[in-house]
Amino acid sequence: MEAVTTILRRELAGYFATPVAYVFIVIYLVMNGVFTFYLGGFFERGLADLEPFFRFHPWLYLFLVPAISMRLWAEERRAGTIELLLTLPVTTGQAVLGKFLAAWLFLGLALLLTVPIWVTVNYLGDPDNGVILAAYAGSWLMAGGMLAIGSCMSAVTRSQVIAFILAVAACFVFLLSGLPMVMNVFSGWAPQFLLDGIASMSFLSHFSDISRGVIDLRDLVYFVLVAGFWLLANVIVLELRKAD
Amino acid sequence: MIEVKSLSRHYGHLKAVDDLSFTVEPGQVLGFLGPNGAGKSTTMKMLTGFLAPTAGSARVNGHDVVTDSLAARRCMGYLPEGAPSYGEMTVLDFLLFVARARGIPAREVHTACERVVDRLNLAGVRHQVIDTLSKGFRRRVGLAQAIIHDPAVLILDEPTDGLDPNQKHEVRKLIAEMASDKIIVISTHILEEVQALCNRVMIISQGRQLADDTPAGLIARSRYHNAVTLVADDVRRIASVLSEFPEVARAEVKEGELTVFPAGVGLFDAVSRSVAEHGWAVSELRYEAGRLDEVFRMITQGESA
Repeated sequence: MEAVTTILRRELAGYFATPVAYVFIVIYLVMNGVFTFYLGGFFERGLADLEPFFRFHPWLYLFLVPAISMRLWAEERRAGTIELLLTLPVTTGQAVLGKFLAAWLFLGLALLLTVPIWVTVNYLGDPDNGVILAAYAGSWLMAGGMLAIGSCMSAVTRSQVIAFILAVAACFVFLLSGLPMVMNVFSGWAPQFLLDGIASMSFLSHFSDISRGVIDLRDLVYFVLVAGFWLLANVIVLELRKAD
Repeated sequence: MIEVKSLSRHYGHLKAVDDLSFTVEPGQVLGFLGPNGAGKSTTMKMLTGFLAPTAGSARVNGHDVVTDSLAARRCMGYLPEGAPSYGEMTVLDFLLFVARARGIPAREVHTACERVVDRLNLAGVRHQVIDTLSKGFRRRVGLAQAIIHDPAVLILDEPTDGLDPNQKHEVRKLIAEMASDKIIVISTHILEEVQALCNRVMIISQGRQLADDTPAGLIARSRYHNAVTLVADDVRRIASVLSEFPEVARAEVKEGELTVFPAGVGLFDAVSRSVAEHGWAVSELRYEAGRLDEVFRMITQGESA
């Protein structure tokens, strides 16, 4: 655990030592504002809730989370520091977890900085704050799931651009599984249980459940499992191809 | 102590390291010498637990580098090729990170960092971002992180590559200071470095061990060992006189220099005496200990210079 914390602290400090953190947070907040107030019609709806805010989070994360995850391992490979990191007395699993948690905390911080919108909606009306809290938790969990996918994709290559594209593509499939665009590929030849399985993989449906305020243990378990699966895959990818 | 038993690493059909076996005892400074791509770095990556061997095993202080990897890594310090470090961090932050990751107790972390900062003369740049440092400083930062936990075994991959002569001298001095109680393994393709630093040399080429000797032992394999070279105006006439001597096996003239090779020993006295007797106008007369570059070529390419 100590090794994980040490790596986590270094990574987290790394975001703020470069402009990455500031650029990301500013863009994230601006885009959130644009989506909520223009596309979401926050004022026009006349409802005291944050649905127009959370509705666009999956799409925002689709591009912004891979932007954070792409450098996690690709940069270590490019700079050669992977050789330094993985010859320290830390296991590959500890390194993967430390880096993931740092990035996840960072995304959590960016999410936390949207609190003014929660203040606004409470000032204007009388929203159900329990639902809002659940939606915040759901949004962070979904970001974690995508981050784990992106982290694994980043371990595959030394090019951050390739890591970014692979992560966006993989997250896109996970986001939309359940919608016709993905299901049509499988329906017709895949057995029903597989179709059901794929449909139940969708980030969108699990997130919308949580953001409506229904905290179902299955939704939480789903995101934890997705993150766990991809982080495990991340460790295996690193173990198999450390050197190249 | 490092014990390596028939260590091999294959990349597809390429045998990067092929059946390497050796042991290293404390106090030894072992130099891996070999052309580029000989398998020096791959061997070091396996010793430090970064790469898994295809076959064979390696133990560091009794810990197997595969099955007991973390314990083996704890007693090793490693400077990877090119001294990679996290460029966006300051020198001190980077050293603090390595110290913590190495499991140095929290209250000793700062003293450990200050010790290596002093030792490598990094005090002036301790708060500077690593990316802004010169190559020499970055190399020193790499060495600092390798010795921060005072390891029993130091693995240094090309520690002086790309440094200027003064920096090379400094790094060599540092390694020599640490050599007495540690095991140090360095890789290099610089011959003079081996003579300056190591008390044992392994020549590796195409993943195979071709020689394992002391630097003096290697030099003694040179055909120039104990030969005498002289420079004069009329080397051909001198050559014909000297080649009559019983001590002289052969005389060779090359680019105005005459080299006489001994049949036994004690050639230098005989040559210098006859120079005096004949009154030859000799501008240079020198004893040859042997030429390491010639031995290196002979061993790695199977040719003699």
